[in-house]
Amino acid sequence: MNDTPFEPVIVGFTCNWCSYRAADLAGTARVKYPPNIRLIRLMCSGRLDPTFVLKAFAEGADAVLVSGCWPGECHYLEQNIKALRRFELLKRVVAGLGIEPGRLQLVWASAAEGQRLAREITRVVEEVRALGPLDWGGRHAATTALAAAPPDSAAAPDANTEPEPEPAEVTA
Amino acid sequence: MTTDERIGVYVCHCGSNIAATVDVEDVRDWAATELAERGVVVARDYKFMCSSLGQELIEKDIAELGLNRVVVAACSPHLHEKTFRGACARAGLNPYLGELASIREQVSWVHTDKPAATAKAKAVVSGAVERVRHHEPLEELHVPIDPHTLVVGGGIAGIQAALELADAGFHVYLVEREPSIGGHMAQFDKTFPTLDCAACILTPKMVEAGSHPNITLLTWSEVTGVSGFVGNFTVTVRQKARYVDTELCTGCGICQEKCPVKPLDEVFEAGLGYRRAIYTPFPQAVPKYPVIDRDNCTYFANGKCKACEKLCPTGAIDFNQEDEILTVSVGNIILATGYELFDARKVEQYGYGRLANVFTSLEFERLSNAAGPTNGRVVLRDGVTEPKTVGIIHCVGSRDRNFNNYCSAICCMQSLKFAHLVKEHTDATVYEFYIDIRTPGKAYDEFYQRVLEEGTVFVRGRVAEVTDALRLPEEAAEDGRLIVQVEDTLAGRQRRIPVDMVVLSCGLQPASDAKEVARLFGISCSSDGWIIERHPKLDPVATMTEGVFAAGCATGPKDIPGSVAQGSAASARVLGRIQNGEMALEPIRASIDETRCSGCRICNDLCPFNAIVFHEDRMVTEVNAALCQGCGTCVAACPAGAISGTGFSDAQVMAQIEGLLLANVDRQRGGKAVPA
Repeated sequence: MNDTPFEPVIVGFTCNWCSYRAADLAGTARVKYPPNIRLIRLMCSGRLDPTFVLKAFAEGADAVLVSGCWPGECHYLEQNIKALRRFELLKRVVAGLGIEPGRLQLVWASAAEGQRLAREITRVVEEVRALGPLDWGGRHAATTALAAAPPDSAAAPDANTEPEPEPAEVTA
Repeated sequence: MTTDERIGVYVCHCGSNIAATVDVEDVRDWAATELAERGVVVARDYKFMCSSLGQELIEKDIAELGLNRVVVAACSPHLHEKTFRGACARAGLNPYLGELASIREQVSWVHTDKPAATAKAKAVVSGAVERVRHHEPLEELHVPIDPHTLVVGGGIAGIQAALELADAGFHVYLVEREPSIGGHMAQFDKTFPTLDCAACILTPKMVEAGSHPNITLLTWSEVTGVSGFVGNFTVTVRQKARYVDTELCTGCGICQEKCPVKPLDEVFEAGLGYRRAIYTPFPQAVPKYPVIDRDNCTYFANGKCKACEKLCPTGAIDFNQEDEILTVSVGNIILATGYELFDARKVEQYGYGRLANVFTSLEFERLSNAAGPTNGRVVLRDGVTEPKTVGIIHCVGSRDRNFNNYCSAICCMQSLKFAHLVKEHTDATVYEFYIDIRTPGKAYDEFYQRVLEEGTVFVRGRVAEVTDALRLPEEAAEDGRLIVQVEDTLAGRQRRIPVDMVVLSCGLQPASDAKEVARLFGISCSSDGWIIERHPKLDPVATMTEGVFAAGCATGPKDIPGSVAQGSAASARVLGRIQNGEMALEPIRASIDETRCSGCRICNDLCPFNAIVFHEDRMVTEVNAALCQGCGTCVAACPAGAISGTGFSDAQVMAQIEGLLLANVDRQRGGKAVPA
């Protein structure tokens, strides 16, 4: 193992009307949060296909943050409620896959809550940092065993490069 | 690997806004080399990509290098997406084949560690490159604009907005909850800094709005439902029963004279005066027709009385009237729903509601108003005694972390006006207890100077307490008066100042039902409860929802000139839409591939806009593009993957995830990528 402290990579799904604007507002107000999160803009949290979350985990995210408008404040009236239902179900699926619950989090943030979103991101990053790298169902061990697998297989990064740190925190 | 995509990547310095935290050249070089196999044929950086020279870079590359995709790494798409789409379009590339990656709001402005921020910027660019590969050429949708407009709120901002539109020749429905339009301004006596009589300048506008052929006035009414979207809203309005036939009523006022019930007028007279059970809030009310207040009417209480009905010369009273639900079609909506006064009872140490001679600012407005309950005599709560000393306390409920953090903007000037009015009406000594005097308006500071010269005493300090408890021996002579305890921060000592009357300059706060209003119209409020503007500086009268605008205090505390200006501004925005006859919308819509639809109907109940229709005959579901708002909830739900969402397709999002996590680069290398 190397000595570089673990820096998680987190994918955040945001709603175009609230949390993405909250992220913009955090920027405009120069509120600081850790660079471990990378945001994706959707039109609504209701657009979040659960497979997006699984895809992010499969591609190496250590955690996924889902965010949307507060219940009752959805730009599309009530689609965040539908997102919430799916989220609850997805949490079970993810737990069933052996992923700690703390790696999938839901945060409501209105367009005015730049400070709050930054605070929540910071919290999630700290929690995931404490959890350590996602070893999905013994993925690390499995990849060693699968070292002979073809290199284009998505779930099997080259065993030789493991456990290289995630790209974001590697300094030039 | 070969690819048909020819992608240009443009990394913006934004002066030093991005370049100070992100190594822009490094991102550029990384994209040019690491993402070359993903289709990037050119990567450039530029000081200001949004400048015309920056845009020309893109246009030139599209023409000369045959780019068919463009990624600009710069600010938020909410700022410059349109700019770069324009650049693509000018060079003949479909504007939707460009993607704006936010490395300013989401990277350089929120992170401090340059290497980490640079690495994140690379990931964000990589995500955008992967995403843009899956972009499809799209065409804007055009929707027709219904030329009718709904204005909600009949205060000065709403009246102004309605008049502008009506004068331009377009029809307006002006909805007001109270029996008359006029709003808070109608309650005021004088207006700062000119001391114009509020009624004298407001009532002509009210009359004009009330009689304008292009304005349908719906007072004593509330909006109960809104459906549809920009250009084509359907709004339901509940018009409460007036119990007065407006066709017959002449507004003679005999009913009001003869009504035997005199309830306290909590609304217009701020609890200082009485009205009748059948009433118009004030003599100049528009419309002139009274309403019957069911809760206080003797007939509705015990079935007797009917004095108004017996004495009405035109037989206009109709106790059988019922609430009416009206449905109107409008293209745009202007919300001018105003504010409420901060409830001074919450600041217990100031004694409002407990100490008789503590008044709110609105009460003082009514006291000093010649048409008010005291005919303009400034007197104590007993109704006869003129005060010899008056203390005016600023920032009640404002600039106070216990209540509202914000400055209510109007209270300093309002307090100065009160000082002037007290001196005009009485011989009293006036104290102003202030934190800072804020007079940033035209002729406002001059007014402050005038009040200073009139001899008002200014004490800088937040008042600790207003009390009737006498604590010091020398206060013995002050029995029955109020003591204002304050730290005079300029003199550097505690003072206890005896006064006869205290006026609390209360702050403004959003209406108590502001959140419900926001929900009804599909817009958002800040944590304070004010409506959020599309952009606080550059688009202050638009909301995030197309076709819904806001004016006046609905977006935050404002003085009368500010509210009027916003009323006009909002209607100018609406007029532009109406003149164009149609507007272009983002082509973000869901559509269903019928060949893949199994008819399972899982999506059918997900759409709140009724855009999803099921065809029983063919057992397939279809999305009506005209009703679809593009949220994508049905896209995410379809188990067969038959629903696709333009602009945010599964392929686009999945690719962006890969790109963000650098899985794209990994795969080419057969291992984990390490950007350096």
